[in-house]
Amino acid sequence: MSKSGIFTSSLAKKYWMALTGLFLITFLVGHLLGNLQLITKTGEEGRRAFNEYAYFMGHNIFIKILAYVTYFSILAHACIGLYLAVQNKKARPQNYAYNRPGTNSGAASRYMAILGTIILVFICTHMANFWYKQKVAETVPLHVLHKEITEEQQNPMTGQTIKQVIPIDYVLTTKGDYMPFAYVDPQSQQKMELMDVKEGTHLYDKKAELQVGEGYRDLHTVVMNFFGQSEQGQPTNEWALVAVILYVVSMFVLMFHLWHGFASSFQSLGLNHKKYNGIITFTGKAFAIVVPLLFAIIPVMIYLNR
Amino acid sequence: MASKTININLKIWRQKNVNSKGSMETYKLDNVSTDSSFLEMLDQLNEQLVNSRQEPIAFDHDCREGICGMCSLYINGEAHGPDRAVTTCQLHMRKFKDGETIYVEPWRAKAFPVIKDLVVDRSAFDRIQQAGGFVSVNTSGRTMDANAIPIGKAEADKAFEAATCIGCGACVASCKNASAMLFVSAKVSQLALLPQGQVEAQQRVLNMVKQMDEEGFGNCTNTGACAVECPKEISLENIARMNREYLKAMVAAD
Repeated sequence: MSKSGIFTSSLAKKYWMALTGLFLITFLVGHLLGNLQLITKTGEEGRRAFNEYAYFMGHNIFIKILAYVTYFSILAHACIGLYLAVQNKKARPQNYAYNRPGTNSGAASRYMAILGTIILVFICTHMANFWYKQKVAETVPLHVLHKEITEEQQNPMTGQTIKQVIPIDYVLTTKGDYMPFAYVDPQSQQKMELMDVKEGTHLYDKKAELQVGEGYRDLHTVVMNFFGQSEQGQPTNEWALVAVILYVVSMFVLMFHLWHGFASSFQSLGLNHKKYNGIITFTGKAFAIVVPLLFAIIPVMIYLNR
Repeated sequence: MASKTININLKIWRQKNVNSKGSMETYKLDNVSTDSSFLEMLDQLNEQLVNSRQEPIAFDHDCREGICGMCSLYINGEAHGPDRAVTTCQLHMRKFKDGETIYVEPWRAKAFPVIKDLVVDRSAFDRIQQAGGFVSVNTSGRTMDANAIPIGKAEADKAFEAATCIGCGACVASCKNASAMLFVSAKVSQLALLPQGQVEAQQRVLNMVKQMDEEGFGNCTNTGACAVECPKEISLENIARMNREYLKAMVAAD
């Protein structure tokens, strides 16, 4: 009687590769639809839509669970994949003096490990540039929809109501979750903490307990700046062109990885049937071309519209 | 058809024994009939070597009609040479050009150690078979005729196609990972498809895969090279079937 070995046997590792791979494929669809908002909607409306979307993604419990499944899938897919690649290398200690693998197999299928490693490096830089900045480290500018607040004061002498419009020209950045933010008092030139953020995105006047606007962490500006567009006077990334080129190259690598990986995951799970092989292969190749291409178009368009 | 002769250069792997370090040696062979098989060409070369008091080249061969699975050879970068669906003994010299340099190497895999020159030890395959590639039949007294059990034509054909695997090891040799999955899946499939094999199906696939892993073969990455180079055209469908069988057994077996 043999132990089945859910983690150790060669076939079990294939199942893990296939399942995590398929999950990451569905993740790509969601990620792409989110990213496409960066170019389908423009101006202030686009900025708001994207930041609202980013807020939703960061706070919805189901999305959070999916996010942890995604982190797990990336780690498992990369670790098992690299382990398999090492094992496979060991299975042939001496190479052929003369070999023509091109006669019997596609290049994408033979370079999966190298393509995957490049994608892993991309994911690391990608997460450092956006995920880490947004979630942990740097302060991200707050996207404030109301740029001014109106204060009403009663004149004690006349009983008249004086409306005072105070421009908010100084916005504190946020770290972690929302923090109170302030404006510079025009007279004293002092920073005054005026507002609280409640219920996630609602800005409240500290004194009056009145909702005065909404604020979102401005991931939209972070992305735009990174790929060369300047908004809200933020400094743009001087390496934007390099970033765009590396992003596009990474998407090409992803294209080749998916070219083999999509259909391969079905085969690994034993889903090989005359009736469906055609549609699986076709869908896989169409997916491999369309999805990375759409991903790649986004930073290019941002850069060109700078 | 008039017979033609060609002159060829050969680069052949020579290795004294399992422990020694081998190398590629160059030989020149003239007047090779294009009608001769690849193995007959090697016979001719060996004759030339023996006549000049040199050690002949060791290579595996037996039936020389493509059914025994003994011949191997990685010829010009492909298992069993450039032709499709043939073993090395069925490969003819008409597939090569006059003056061509032909590379001849043994199968390369950790699980297939080179014994001498072009001969490799393929007993790893035997041990995988012994781990489960059989049907237990009670032979005491009245045994039942296998043909007494009705089997659908389509299933019987698939089982037979899987059973045409001659265990030559071309799949391992061609695979960039030196994976034996096509061989093992053919052996699993030929029995899993038949009612006689269903009885032990779960333990069979678990035990054969376990033995395959222990032998040090690589893992399948679905490149499909094995099925292209297989002289018996064993289909990748079998690997998918093995994956299904193993998944079922892994989840459900006692």
